[in-house]
Amino acid sequence: MGGREATMVLMDENGKRCDGRTVDEPRRIMIKAGGLKNADGSSYIEFGDNKILVGVFGPRDVHPKHMSDTDTGILRVRYHMEPFSVGERKNPAPSRREIEISKVIKEALEPAVMLEKFPRTAVDVFIEVLQADGGTRCAALTAASVALADAGIPMRDMVAAIAAGKVADTVILDVNNEEDQAGQADMPIGYMPNLEKITLLQLDGVLTPEEYKKCIQVGVDGCKLVYELQKKALNDKYFGNKGE
Amino acid sequence: MADKRKYVIPGDVVTTGPFRPEQNTVLEGNKIISTTIGISEIYDDSVRVIPLTGKYIPKINDLVIGKVNSHTSLSWELDINSCYVGFLPAQDVFGRDFSAHADELATKLKTGDLVAARIANFDRTRDPLVSISDRDLGKIDSGVLMEISPSKVPRLIGKKGSMIQMIEEATDAAVTIGQNGWVVVSCESPEGLLKAKKAIQMVNEQAHVANLTDQVKEMLDKKGES
Repeated sequence: MGGREATMVLMDENGKRCDGRTVDEPRRIMIKAGGLKNADGSSYIEFGDNKILVGVFGPRDVHPKHMSDTDTGILRVRYHMEPFSVGERKNPAPSRREIEISKVIKEALEPAVMLEKFPRTAVDVFIEVLQADGGTRCAALTAASVALADAGIPMRDMVAAIAAGKVADTVILDVNNEEDQAGQADMPIGYMPNLEKITLLQLDGVLTPEEYKKCIQVGVDGCKLVYELQKKALNDKYFGNKGE
Repeated sequence: MADKRKYVIPGDVVTTGPFRPEQNTVLEGNKIISTTIGISEIYDDSVRVIPLTGKYIPKINDLVIGKVNSHTSLSWELDINSCYVGFLPAQDVFGRDFSAHADELATKLKTGDLVAARIANFDRTRDPLVSISDRDLGKIDSGVLMEISPSKVPRLIGKKGSMIQMIEEATDAAVTIGQNGWVVVSCESPEGLLKAKKAIQMVNEQAHVANLTDQVKEMLDKKGES
């Protein structure tokens, strides 16, 4: 954590954060299921200023053939940031960071997706970050889960994700770009709300054991909020608001 | 409790208690969880979810419409709109005395031909084996291919075939429905064909609407007058 602007005030004396939110308030979240005609399943998420589009294909034939597994299907995830998604043009070639995020998102989705039902096939998830503002991996994971459900791929549960963190010695929910750059800790959490299991847990920064526990609690509660919105997105598309 | 329907998404608890999890549900602890987006149903002692989305997964004895992709000297490969390719052995068409040098597969079925076939065997270790040696099966010579979502096939057939019978009667068309979401419509008169196609499209788009049968009937009747 670089502490790019040491003078930046991340939390004022009233407990308001740099963008005016309270400590346990997430940014504005909008999720839409579907939208892409040619993909088997898709979703679009706006998570604060993050804008992410996800397309899912599959289950389908595996190419190259040697990647296929006779016992189970495989999940392939590509997380990609558009050149225009950040302030200074990003080289569109996959960077070290994008390869890592692809891997963690894949591993966060695997416990939920029932791939063993489709041996010798692949499910491909393509994540395109159109605009990034901190916390893209959580937003991407949330959207990927909605897109997989939209594609009709059997899942044990949805995966909702949000980051918890620490700025100005306070535990907060949903770390934005400024707080990520100048804050003390950032902890993305992926969570299956019905099975009550955590599928993604990363931590960048230093926390005491108490703060760590608090962060997990705040994060899990945040994931439940995100889950409600995922549910709403799918209900809107499939049941036209008639669902619970 | 019986026939209590609910809209569910993956992870939703359909019910708890001594029920048997069937189609698209899993038992997790004592909860029965839906694994897909759909409508849950509780029948006697079993629970299932009728999916609203998803690809076709072959099941033994399903009637499917396949498109010939390619062939080797021993078998054809059919595209059955699934994640697996259908495998049609030459013996099935030529009979027991098929010989790989004497018989040329392309004389019977060419690439691009449509066939009505039945899934003869399928398990997770091998691609589905299909058969066309039965009544009503085999090459389809005439008709228009339509694609609908495989999850909406039961809706198109209707309860005991009510929907499809109604469409066929109203338009004089012959409709072959593959469980894989491919439908072949053939009709002598062009108007009947158009009407049948429109009705099928309507079912595909409005599968979730209640009393759809009445609405389709209304559409068919209205068109008939004008």
